[in-house]
Amino acid sequence: MLRQIKKKLTGAAAILLIVPAMGAGSASAQSADKTQEGIDDYRQMLSDGGNPGDLLVDTGKELWLEKKGPKDASLETCDLGLGPGVVKGAYAQLPRFFQDADKVMDAETRIMYCMENLQGIDSKDITSTVFSKSGDISTDWEAIVAYVANESSGIAMAAPQKHAAEKAAYERGQKIFFHRSGPYDFSCATCHGASDKRIRLQNLPDLLNAKDAQQAYTTWPGYRVSQGVVRTMQWRLQDCFRQQRLPKLKFASQASIDLLTFLAVKAKEGKMAAPGIKR
Amino acid sequence: MKKIYYVVMIASMCLAGAHSFAQPLTGASDEDVMTVLKNSFSPVGDVTLDRLEQSPEQKACSQMAATGQPIPKEVMETLLKQAMASIKPPADKQFLGDWKVGEKIAQSGVGLQFSDKPGVASGGNCYACHQMTKSEIAFGNIGPSLLNYGKNRGNAEQMLEYTWNKIYNSHAYTACSNMPRFGTAGILTEQQIKDVMALLFDPASPVNNE
Repeated sequence: MLRQIKKKLTGAAAILLIVPAMGAGSASAQSADKTQEGIDDYRQMLSDGGNPGDLLVDTGKELWLEKKGPKDASLETCDLGLGPGVVKGAYAQLPRFFQDADKVMDAETRIMYCMENLQGIDSKDITSTVFSKSGDISTDWEAIVAYVANESSGIAMAAPQKHAAEKAAYERGQKIFFHRSGPYDFSCATCHGASDKRIRLQNLPDLLNAKDAQQAYTTWPGYRVSQGVVRTMQWRLQDCFRQQRLPKLKFASQASIDLLTFLAVKAKEGKMAAPGIKR
Repeated sequence: MKKIYYVVMIASMCLAGAHSFAQPLTGASDEDVMTVLKNSFSPVGDVTLDRLEQSPEQKACSQMAATGQPIPKEVMETLLKQAMASIKPPADKQFLGDWKVGEKIAQSGVGLQFSDKPGVASGGNCYACHQMTKSEIAFGNIGPSLLNYGKNRGNAEQMLEYTWNKIYNSHAYTACSNMPRFGTAGILTEQQIKDVMALLFDPASPVNNE
């Protein structure tokens, strides 16, 4: 019950906060710079007043500890790469190679692996409910990922590049980043391969530049103000590909893991600050 | 002796095991990447997996961007020539349509996404990347500002033709341009391109008149 209220609250907070933002937008008669200033002020205001995404972190922790699934087990003993039960600092060292699964996994793929193996939940039941609809309340999934990422707050990104599979994932991720295809000829690099670019008013991080890559990577999952929910990295990638006019990126797919490996390594040394606040 | 035999056997089994599992995952050739991509996406309606395939042009442009190498001169010339050859001038030789319709096309970002209604008319989404009018402050900067486009350039036949070509297939002038090939790729119809042309050239259009 308390959990439902918390999730609803994040939605309500968004509505309250969007109103002043819209006012700022229409009043800004001058330039895009002014509007950008408004957005920056608004972000500042949001972080001063408390990020609605922070509420979800507590919910995520409750869910992490809750016994669930056919095996009636919690996720407490999940090995996120730093040993069973270690959540602190784990997100900052993902994606990484896991011996037990014999593959590289990003945070979300690994959490799903734990749900399947520890709790006995079918992956199909997980993947169909991971992302909330815009304006809806955040899903349990989004809460759990927010919790896990938050446990790395202030910790520097250090996705390993030791295992051959980790190196190969990076290499493929790099190729996917530059892969132009589809009717619009877009690749990730079309929007994220040069500095100081914007789509409309939205700043585009140059993900080939360490500073931008760090800022972007470390603030996902993020509370998406325009949608009133916390979004995860897997969602971010899927929605980028949608706008690239490509088919639907499968959740926890190899391409998503490869791309996240590339991006995480680019963000090396950036300090985790998730959940962040997004437009 | 027996012990050594077992150690070797177990080690080779492990290696073989790891190899058979990890084989596709330690490769990073272009073929490996294509296999990974094909297995990682689901089709939605008419947004099918063939959109992941690359034309030779897309492949050349991707490789150049990934390696930071310039495209070899001969390849560049072929790319420019092929792009130019794909352009169809307006059948009735009229380059300009209705700027008011053009403004709507420039504002709209729908079309060809799996989330769009199938068959919905695509927008040009010009404002996503270009400044065009003073009143629309929500413009991107991936492309150059087009403010006062017609006012600054005039509307001589040559300028109209150049601009038509640029919208139809921008790669005819800049190989591997970021701009979608609105005509060649079938994103906008001939009439829609005319309307966007009018937005750029009509003296009454807000592009030239604000």
